[in-house]
Formats: sequence, structure tokens, C-alpha cells
Amino acid sequence: MPDRMAKANVTLPEQPSEIGKTVGNIRSANPYIVAENVNVYYGDNHAIRNVSLEIGTKEVIALIGPSGCGKSTFLRCLNRMNDSIESARVTGHITLAGTDICSKELDPVALRARVGIVFQKPNPFPKSIYDNVAYGPRIHGLAANRAELDNIVHTSLERAGLLKEVIDRLDEPGTGLSGGQQQRLCIARTIAVDPEVILMDEPCSALDPIATARIEDLMYELAEDYSIVIVTHSMQQAARVSQRVAYFHLGSLVEVDETNKIFTNPRHRLTEDYITGRIG
Amino acid sequence: MQGNTLILILATTSVVAFFMGRARSLKLVSGPQLRGKLHSLPGYYGYFTAIWCLLPALLVLSLWFSLESRVIIALLVKQLPAAQQALSAGELNLLLNNIQNLANGDAISGVADSMLSESAARYLAYTDASRRMLVIVTLAVAGLGGVLAWRRIHPALRARNKVEQIVLVLLVAASSIAILTTIGIVLSVLFEALRFFQKVPISEFLFGLNWSPQTAIRADQVGSSGNFGALPLFAGTLLITTIAMLVAVPVGLMTAIYLAEYSSRSVRATVKPLLEILAGIPTVVYGFFAALTVAPWVRRTGEALGLEVASESALAAGFVMGVMIIPLVSSLADDAINAVPSAMRDGALGLGSTRSETMRKVILPAALPGIVGGILLAVSRAIGETMIVVMAAGLAANLTANPFEAVTTVTVQIVTLLVGDQEFDSAKTLAAFALGLMLFTVTLCLNVLGLRVVRKYREQYE
Repeated sequence: MPDRMAKANVTLPEQPSEIGKTVGNIRSANPYIVAENVNVYYGDNHAIRNVSLEIGTKEVIALIGPSGCGKSTFLRCLNRMNDSIESARVTGHITLAGTDICSKELDPVALRARVGIVFQKPNPFPKSIYDNVAYGPRIHGLAANRAELDNIVHTSLERAGLLKEVIDRLDEPGTGLSGGQQQRLCIARTIAVDPEVILMDEPCSALDPIATARIEDLMYELAEDYSIVIVTHSMQQAARVSQRVAYFHLGSLVEVDETNKIFTNPRHRLTEDYITGRIG
Repeated sequence: MQGNTLILILATTSVVAFFMGRARSLKLVSGPQLRGKLHSLPGYYGYFTAIWCLLPALLVLSLWFSLESRVIIALLVKQLPAAQQALSAGELNLLLNNIQNLANGDAISGVADSMLSESAARYLAYTDASRRMLVIVTLAVAGLGGVLAWRRIHPALRARNKVEQIVLVLLVAASSIAILTTIGIVLSVLFEALRFFQKVPISEFLFGLNWSPQTAIRADQVGSSGNFGALPLFAGTLLITTIAMLVAVPVGLMTAIYLAEYSSRSVRATVKPLLEILAGIPTVVYGFFAALTVAPWVRRTGEALGLEVASESALAAGFVMGVMIIPLVSSLADDAINAVPSAMRDGALGLGSTRSETMRKVILPAALPGIVGGILLAVSRAIGETMIVVMAAGLAANLTANPFEAVTTVTVQIVTLLVGDQEFDSAKTLAAFALGLMLFTVTLCLNVLGLRVVRKYREQYE
């Protein structure tokens, strides 16, 4: 591990501006997910180009970059959500705690129970709040009886910071909550399955600043137990919640480094341009 | 001059009017820079002129055609000898028919006496004069309208607004045709049905268990009083509709689920048009398929199993009707499933659901109101379906729930009551209108209910 890190650090020019080679440090000290040379094609469109990235255990890593740069596509590779897109083709290797998750033999259903995802727009099912949270435990058979299920639902809502607000109305439809509450319900629904990694695809872009602040607080707490990969358009958000930042541009991973390094001293011209607001 | 030629001339005139109006508007403002000088684009001045040329003339034309024969006949009657004028309405009608037939060179009843041939000649003369006047009046109106409009053209004339107003009126008129037709149908059926209920009490019609709709030809005829209890018909309709829905709903729903969720794009591209072909087969073809292929097969199979099966069984008719409705159910269910936002699907898949769990636990419950609405529409289609049951269900008004027996439906009875030579004021024929009214009411309620459910569901996501 150390020799690879050294090699990655040595070969970098001072202010490179070309795309194709990742600047910074793609390695993590304690990697949980390891992606090697990942390419994604939508038909003829080469959406992700040769991306390698390690995601650490119980680390929050933010994927940033201009619209259409492939950060969401890369995120969706991590729990095989691209499978449902007929024209999508993924090459390369991604391992989750040592398991190859790109292999044909791996059941994406089992993978998605380990790698949960929260989407940009809150998408509670048209069911009661209770049933929304209980959905995952039920399909995966995580609770042996009603009492255990109640326990999972309450714990998950509590951890998502929603329990106090909804404890009296668990039977009401989840779609009746406010946008921020819906998003926290979706987070509760995700952690009810007890995943190892949580992917968040711009989880706050449909929310107001107060709801956003609550979700960000929640991320701090969740980071104690889960690895979190968050796609965000807000650099302030990336700076607040993440330990590492990965900057994507036109399908390539341009630069990865610790958050404070990226925001104070970006090494790639494109990264600098993006975080200073010259492209975006 | 023929009517066609006249219409052709009118069309040409209005085209000329268009170009003249357009040219005048352009001439009024000189120079290549049009902006700001004319209120509307030059074309609108053209349309303005053309509309004023065409519309009043067409109005005159249609009024003329609708009133012409009445006026001519009134004139003709006035010229007849007093003896003929005193005839009863029916006989006078016969006489006038004879005159017209003679004038057109058709066969007439009786001998063509001098009075008759004189009247015929007069009739021809009137018609001829009327046509000539029509041409003159119409063209005059067209010319006058066109010239007046043309003279009114002025750079400040709001031609666009006026043209758009007229187009709006045309659109409203077109859309009210369907509504007015519906109202007309309802009223005509309603009044005939009321006449029926004067002869047969409404309680007997609605709750009577016996249907044998004959009326006496002679007063002393055996079995002269018919029975008009419509319950067996409604029971038969219900039985066949139930069988049809038992076939169509599961098959249609499963087709929709497969197409919306599991099939690849190429399969979908092939299967959907094929289903639409199924929807395009005329129902009369389904009818003889039911009567000649399915019904004998049902009977043979039933006999092989030791069951008593009528050769025209409710099962055969209901089964084929169900097949006919499959495309309707599947396409409405497909729409409902596709209307569920893909965020739901992603959310469920992201939690580690299998495709089938996603379908059963998230998408179908979310789409259920839309699917139910679609099924209600399909039921109303099945209740109103006629051709298949006429050919395959039979005429015996049995009050039974046994699908192997022959039953009859409301629509079949309406057809049989009105086919052939009938008096139109007997209880027998009027019963058809009462049945039609019932049928209309039921399907209308189902349609309203179905559409409301579908709409309510749509509001949920948009």
C-alpha cells in the first residue's frame, strides 16, 4: 500500500491541466470500497473514463463536479443501480470489503441491502410512515416478530432524527410529510436495512437550508457507523461534511484529496477553476 | 347548376378574397419595413376577407337546403285542388310522394292523371327556380361579404384578433357537436322509455323475473300478454361480464406488468402493436369466432367431462369477450404502471428489493387506483358489447348463474326487439328503449366512476 501511494504522489506535475490522470491521492488508509479502472458506457456514450478510487471505512467522501460529469453514474456503480438501465455497460473492478461486486454471479439484490442509497428527490412510498421504514426489514426478513420490527422502525427513525416529529402519526402516509422530513424518512428507511455503506445522490438539493442543515448534522452522526459517499453540487456542503473530496470532470476523476487540501490548495487547474466558481 | 359546382366556386372565391385582402393590406403600407405599420400580419387580413366571403355564403347555403323542400311542398299543396287539400295527413303525404316520384321519373302507385302530372311539372319548375335563386343569392352574399370586408381593411384593423375569435367560435361549435349529440340520444331514449313505462309499470320492468316480450297481433291471441321483467337480462349481462372480466383482468394485468417491467425494449416494441391489432379486430369477427370455434369446443369439453353444456353457453361468449377486452385492460394498466414515478422503483430497488418485490409491494399498490379505474372502463365496455353476445350467447332469457347454460343480455334483446317489421308504439319495441336507457345509465355511472378514479390518481403525482 505505501509504495503505491508514494508512486501516485511522485509522478504529479505542479499545476497539470490535462484530464486523464487523477491527481492527488486516490488511496485510503483503511479502504472499504476499492474501485479500479471503472468505465461506464451508455450505448456509445463513454460516461465514466477509467476511474480508480478507494473509499475508506466510516469515511465521508464527497463527489463533486459540474453537471453531467459522471459523479452520479459512478455512485450508482457502487450498488449496481446502473443494472436497470438497459444500455448501460460497466467494466473494471469494484470490491466491497474484498467482495467483487461487478461479477455476474453477485446478486445485486443482496448488494443493495449492504449498500443503501438516498436519492436527490425524497421518494417515500405511498404507504404509512411505519410501512415505509418497515419495508426493507420485511423484504429481507430482519425481524422475527412484530416487536422486533417495531424496535427496528423506532431505532431507525430515532437515528434519522425523525422519531419525535412522527411518533404520534406512524400510520399516516409518508407522502404527507414535509420535504425535509420525507428525506429523513428515506434515510431512516435506508438505515433500517442496516447497510454498511450509504450512498447519497445530492440528498439536499430539493430541500430548504434548515432541512439541509438537519440532514448534514445527521450525516455527522451516521459517519460514526457507516461509510458515506455523497454527491453534491454545494461545495460548502462538501467542505462541511466530508473528510475527502473527489472532483470529477467529463467522466474522469480529476483530483482526490483530503477536503481541506482540495479547498485550500487544489493541485489541478480544473479543480481550482471549479471550486473558485470559474466552471460549474 | 349542381351544389358541388357552387361549393367549388365559393371555395375559389374565398381563395381569391384571401389574396386580395392580403394584397390590400400590403398596399396600404408601402415599403419593405412592415413592423409597426400593420396591426396584424398580412395573412390575417387575407383570412379576414376570406372568412367574410365564405361564412355568410355557407350559412345561406345550409339554411336554403334545410328549408327548400318544405317551402316547395307548401307551395305545391296550395296549388292542389280543394278536394286534395282536404285529405288526411297520411294520404296527402302519399300523394306528394307520388308527385315527387313522377317528377324524378320513378315508379308511382296508381295512374298518372292530369292533376298528378301537372303537379309534377310544377314541382320540377319550383325546384329549378329554387336552385337558380340559390346560386344567385349565395354568390351575391359571398361577393358582398368579401367586398365589405375588403373595404374595411385598414392598418389599424385588428384582423388577427377577429380571425382568432372566429376560429374560437368554430372550435367551440365543433366540440359542442359531441355533447349535443349525447343529449339528443339521451332525450330520445328517455322519452321512448317513458312511453314504455306508461304501458308496463317500472317496478315490473326492474324486478320482474320473467322476460318474454311478445305483444298480441290479434286481440284473442293465445299468450297475448308479454312479460317484461328485465332481471334475467341483467343477470345474464352480469354473468357474461363477470366471465369476461375473469379472463381479461388477470391476463391483461399480467401482460401489462410484463411489458412495463420485465420485457426488453425490443419485445415491448413487438408485443404492444400486436396487442393493438387485437383491439382492432371488429367485434363481429370475435362473434363468429365465439359462435363457431369456441362454443362448440366448450360444449365438447364439457361433455367429455360429463357436464351439461348448451351449445350457446355464457362461458363461450364471456371468454371471447374477455379476450377482446384484454388489450383495453393491459393498455390502461400499462399506463397506470408507467405513471408511477421511477423514483419509486429506484427507491425500492435501492433497498434491495427484487424486481418482483418492487412490483408487488411498491409499484402495483401505487398504480392500483389507476388500474381499478381502467378495469371499471373495461366493465362498461363489456356490458355494452353487442355483436359477440348476439352471435354466441343466445336468446333464452334464463335466470341462472350457471356459465354452461345459455343466457341472453340486455344488448342482445335490444337488437332482437328492433330487428324486423315492428310497430313502433307497441310495448315490445318500446321495451328496447327502456333497456337502452338502463344500459346507458349503468355504463355512464361506471365511466364516470372510472374516470374519476383515474383522474384522482393522476393528481397524486403531478
